[in-house]
Order: sequence, then C-alpha cells, then structure tokens
Amino acid sequence: MSLDAVLDIVAAFCLISGALLSLAAGVALVRFPDLLTRMHAAAKPQVLGLLLVLVGAGLRLRTGVDVTTLVLVGIFQLATAPVAAHMVGRAGYPQDDIRGDLLLTDELAAHLDRVAGEREDAARA
Amino acid sequence: MKPDPMTPAEPTEPPNPPLSRTARRRNRIVAMTFLVIVWVLLWGTFSWANVISGLVVAAILLAVFPLPPVTFAGRVHPWGALRFLLRFLRDLVVASVQIAWLALRPRHIPRSAIIAVKLRVNSDLNLTLTAEALSLVPGSLILEADRNTGTLFIHVINVDSLAEVEKFRHEVLALEARIIAAIGSPEELRQVRAGSTPPPPVDLEGATT
Amino acid sequence: MTIVAVTVTALLAVAGALTLTRIIRGPSILDRAVATDVLLAIIVAAIATEAAYSRDGTALPVLVVLAVLGFVGSVSVARFAARRNSK
Repeated sequence: MSLDAVLDIVAAFCLISGALLSLAAGVALVRFPDLLTRMHAAAKPQVLGLLLVLVGAGLRLRTGVDVTTLVLVGIFQLATAPVAAHMVGRAGYPQDDIRGDLLLTDELAAHLDRVAGEREDAARA
Repeated sequence: MKPDPMTPAEPTEPPNPPLSRTARRRNRIVAMTFLVIVWVLLWGTFSWANVISGLVVAAILLAVFPLPPVTFAGRVHPWGALRFLLRFLRDLVVASVQIAWLALRPRHIPRSAIIAVKLRVNSDLNLTLTAEALSLVPGSLILEADRNTGTLFIHVINVDSLAEVEKFRHEVLALEARIIAAIGSPEELRQVRAGSTPPPPVDLEGATT
Repeated sequence: MTIVAVTVTALLAVAGALTLTRIIRGPSILDRAVATDVLLAIIVAAIATEAAYSRDGTALPVLVVLAVLGFVGSVSVARFAARRNSK
C-alpha cells in the first residue's frame, strides 16, 4: 500500500471521528439539563473534534500554505475557546439557568457569600 | 462546614512582584516572536519580506497595546513539557469520549459539582495555564478565578459522589504539578512538593514521576 | 473518499439540526450563545471536510476568520448578558 493511501485512510478516520464528536455534542446540547453541562458538551467539537478535522484536512491537502493556515486555525481556537467559555460561564453562574438540585456541592456560592459579606462590612465600617 | 482540605502551609507570595528589566525585555522578545510566527503563518510562506514586515507590525502592536506583565521565574524543562503535553492529549481524548458517552447514554441525567481548588503556586502564569488546560478538556469548566489567593472555581460534570469530587480535586493538583514541572522554577517546584495537599493518588498513572 | 465525505456530511447535518433546535429553544441567551458556538465549530468542520475532499485549500482562510469571529461573538454576548444581570 502506498504512503498516499495510508495517509488518506488516517485522514478519513480523523474526519469521521471529528464528525462523530460533533454529533455527540449536538445530542448533548439537546439532552443535558442546564447551561453549564451543555457547555461541557460544547467544548468537545470545539477542541478535540476541531483538531481531528484539521489534522484530517492537513493530511489530505499536504501543501505548505494550506497546512500553515490549518495550524493557525488550531492555535486561534485553542487560545480563545477557554476564554470564551469562562466568560459565558461567569455570566451564567448566578442565574436560574443552573439546576442547583443536580449539584453535589457548590463551593463558589460560599465564596461569593463571603465576599459579599466582607463588602458589606467594609461599607458599614 | 466541612474541614477545608486546602489550607496552605505558608502564605503565598504576592501574585505580582515587580519585574526586573531583563524579565521585561524577555517578555517583549517572547511576545514579538509569537506575533511574527502568527504573521508568517497568516501569509503562509516563509520569506524575509514576511519576517521583516511581521517584526514591524509586532513592534507597532506592542507599542500601542502593551501586554500585562508576566512573571516567569522558571525555565522550560523539555522533558516535563513533553510529559505534560502527552498527558494533556490523553486526557483530552479520554474526557471527550466520556462526555460523548454521557450524552448518548439513555435515561441518565448527569450530576455535577462546583469546587474550589487552591493552587499551591500562586502566580498569574500558573493560574492561567492551569485554567486553560482545564477548560480545554471537556468535563471541567472554569467559572471564576480568584487571583489574590490563587483559587480556581471549577464546574465538573459526571461526578456521582463526594469521593469522586475529591478525586477530581487531586487531579487538578496533579495537573498543576505537571505544569510546574514543565515551566516552573526550582522555588516553585519546592513549593509544590512541600504543599500541604497530599500527593496525588497512585492510580493516576503517568502523573507520578 | 466519497463514502467518507457522505458519512461526514450526514453526521454533521444531524449535529447541526440538533444544535439548531437548542438555538431555537433557548431558554436563555447564553444557551443560544453556546449552541451558536457549537454550530460554528460544525461549520468549520464542514468547510475543512470539503477542502479535504476536493484537495482544494481555497476556502481555508475563511476558517481563520470563523475561528476568531466565534470568539468575539460569544464574548460579546456573555458581556452583554452579564451586564443585564447585574442591573
């Protein structure tokens, strides 16, 4: 078997697994109960799924300019996805979007209460 | 209130000690290099014209939008960095498959938890890198970071008991230890080893040295 | 490679449809922002697959723009939602 054929098969494998991860994310978006759990589902095609698809495309294209573009897409995505997730998570946290009954513990609520208490003390003093 | 398992042995140093001149110059060189690399990648071909125009653009960018100071006391350990990278990729694949299975599993509503993890090394760089690595792996999500105490507030999915929550806390600290092993200074390495938190459990294969 | 392309297209189409239902159903604007991000990732995957199938990299610069655009979009929505909450 030639190298080309092997690379194509690996590329096909990467593309299909990436698509499967996207599908699982779609299912999870519909089924998961609240905002934060859905965000976990969203992280999967955005990171591993996208990396797999980019690797697959890179293996098929095999030219310098295209591969550098794909690398750049990967870098941008990896650098920005956590920041965006953090912003959305922080904006969503104190809201009713989150099912408190499904949480085992919530150590952030205690922390926020403490911070609010300290602020009130400072305001009173 | 349950006992706090994360009390530090000693107060951590302030997160932002002032930078020396060499540190500032090194930060600028790192930022320049990265910007030029992105510029060359955008053009897609390596040529001196690209590199020189990239240097000009990077210099203008850094002059107009200066970056916040980064304290980086250590040096890059190639072996530690490689181990961190491999372990990160493995975590990424395992967690992605787990969450995918969780989504497809019939009649199951996942439980989750929000936990606070106090990192042993309180530097901006360590806090950022740990948070980024945690966010990229599906299954853990950074909600809030307290920079003064170096605490991350993490939403973690697919935990069914408080024992699993504690296990996850250990995994976060093991991740921090790997990051410090990759880029930390000897001082930070000592802090991690001497940290009051117990060492990560042995069942995390690949994490122990 | 044609079979692969058809399979990937079908998978991505179903994923996109499911994501769209979440965008429609909401309930909050943040849910929609997250779902839109996923939809964008699916679109990126589709464009990359098309490039891989036809061995033609013309569309790849679009991916760079999409990757940055998704970030700017969800961050601005998150900021908007956070400001509205704090009022």
